[in-house]
Amino acid sequence: MVIKTEPFVVNIGPAHPSTHGVFRMRTTLDGEVVVDMEPVFGYLHRGIEKLAEERTYTGCIPLTDRLDYLASMSNNFAYVLAVEKLAGIAVPERAEYIRVIMAELQRIASHLIAVGTFLNDCGAFQTPVVYMIREREKILDLFEMACGQRLTYNYMRVGGVSQDVPEEFAPALGKFLKEMPGWINEYDQLLKDNEILLARAKGVGILSKELAINIAASGPVLRASGVKWDIRRADPYSIYDRFNFDIPTGNAGDCYDRYRVRVEEMRQSLRILKQALKDLPQGEARSEVPQRLHPPVGEVYGHIEAPRGDLGFYLVSDGSIAPYRFHVRAPTLINLTALRDMVVGWKVADLIIIFGSIDICMAEVDR
Amino acid sequence: MTIALSGKEIAHQMEEKFPQSIIESSPEWLVVDRQFLLEVAAYLKKTPKLDFDYLAAITAVDYLDYFEVNYLLTSLRRNHSLVLKARCYGRDNPSLPSVVSLWRSADFQEREIYDLFGISFEGHPNLKRIVLWDGFQGHPLRKDYL
Repeated sequence: MVIKTEPFVVNIGPAHPSTHGVFRMRTTLDGEVVVDMEPVFGYLHRGIEKLAEERTYTGCIPLTDRLDYLASMSNNFAYVLAVEKLAGIAVPERAEYIRVIMAELQRIASHLIAVGTFLNDCGAFQTPVVYMIREREKILDLFEMACGQRLTYNYMRVGGVSQDVPEEFAPALGKFLKEMPGWINEYDQLLKDNEILLARAKGVGILSKELAINIAASGPVLRASGVKWDIRRADPYSIYDRFNFDIPTGNAGDCYDRYRVRVEEMRQSLRILKQALKDLPQGEARSEVPQRLHPPVGEVYGHIEAPRGDLGFYLVSDGSIAPYRFHVRAPTLINLTALRDMVVGWKVADLIIIFGSIDICMAEVDR
Repeated sequence: MTIALSGKEIAHQMEEKFPQSIIESSPEWLVVDRQFLLEVAAYLKKTPKLDFDYLAAITAVDYLDYFEVNYLLTSLRRNHSLVLKARCYGRDNPSLPSVVSLWRSADFQEREIYDLFGISFEGHPNLKRIVLWDGFQGHPLRKDYL
């Protein structure tokens, strides 16, 4: 007897634990196999680009916190760099180091969540993510010490940072730097050669090098596909040209490589942090900048290597106190361009981990 | 360091290849006539010594008289960048050719510009609103939208 089958449509999301926010995948299934997938965005669209046009340049900084809320420091950083480029403002040496320290701590914190939730999606339910949130807490404590906030920091300012770090910050960071390598080794011991993880993630959701470049993927997604492209090296900003670090890359471009690249990046961030803490100079943490900034007429694009990829701010100034145009190059939105190509042909359970391995933050995708 | 190529120099090269294709140029950017946009973009992508394989971002700006769409191009192999611009006039039905056939990264970004600015991209495979819902009235990032 022949059983008649037909493809059917399943909505995964918008509110689903594995969509990491409010994101809908309109999936067409043939049995358990994905034959088509259409991403549906916009559930978290708050119109940040429009809101920014009515705020002063400094007033936009809290808005950037609310883009990728798992990496607020990086968003602050990219935005103030763009404004400084536009207005030609110099930053004191100490502030540059503090910014790099914050950005690298943020990268570790963000990758911990990325890796933890990815393992959650793989089926290692809650155990690894709790380990990783344990370490992320220590980073949040450091941020709290510096600016009093634990999620939306609003710490960087045009021309520096809002306030200098307190005296106890450097010893606390030193302690963290001593402990963290051991924790990363602990994850590796548990996970790196774990047979279940290898079976679930190796060879799954391959993004080829050519496609990764064509869709302008960035961050760990691009590097896992074998492209050695990191804005910190390719287009050094701030003081990144002073530090020694490697750019980890994968070669297969599968979920496992994306996971490995993130873990290795945490190690490299620790290397940068060690050097930055050693060289941290004394001095001012903020230069004199007028509260109501009037940058000259013009346009600027400033970008950084954020944890999720190439985060850029495109600003147009008409000489007034508010940006005429404020555009965010959201790496996570662009990284999702190839999602359909990556999931078609895989089963629903694989779709969840492929999506998880891209590591998105819906607040940034929708803006 | 990513080297920003001079718009003036590239404009000069383009004028030789495609006469009257460049409207304006400055050291930072060049504005290409919309009719030549696809040809110039394909040339920038496929010429080995330019090799713009990576379309980092697309943005649009509403200057009231016209809309300006910026293409931020990068070459990963040669590590240089260029800002290509195209303008479209009229507020009722502005349009530009789509570059999705060259760089797929334009897919969601052109949809976003269509959604928020109301600029249509001819030849886009799936041009519909991306962050707002179908049936939404107006295009919020236009300067005359209140």
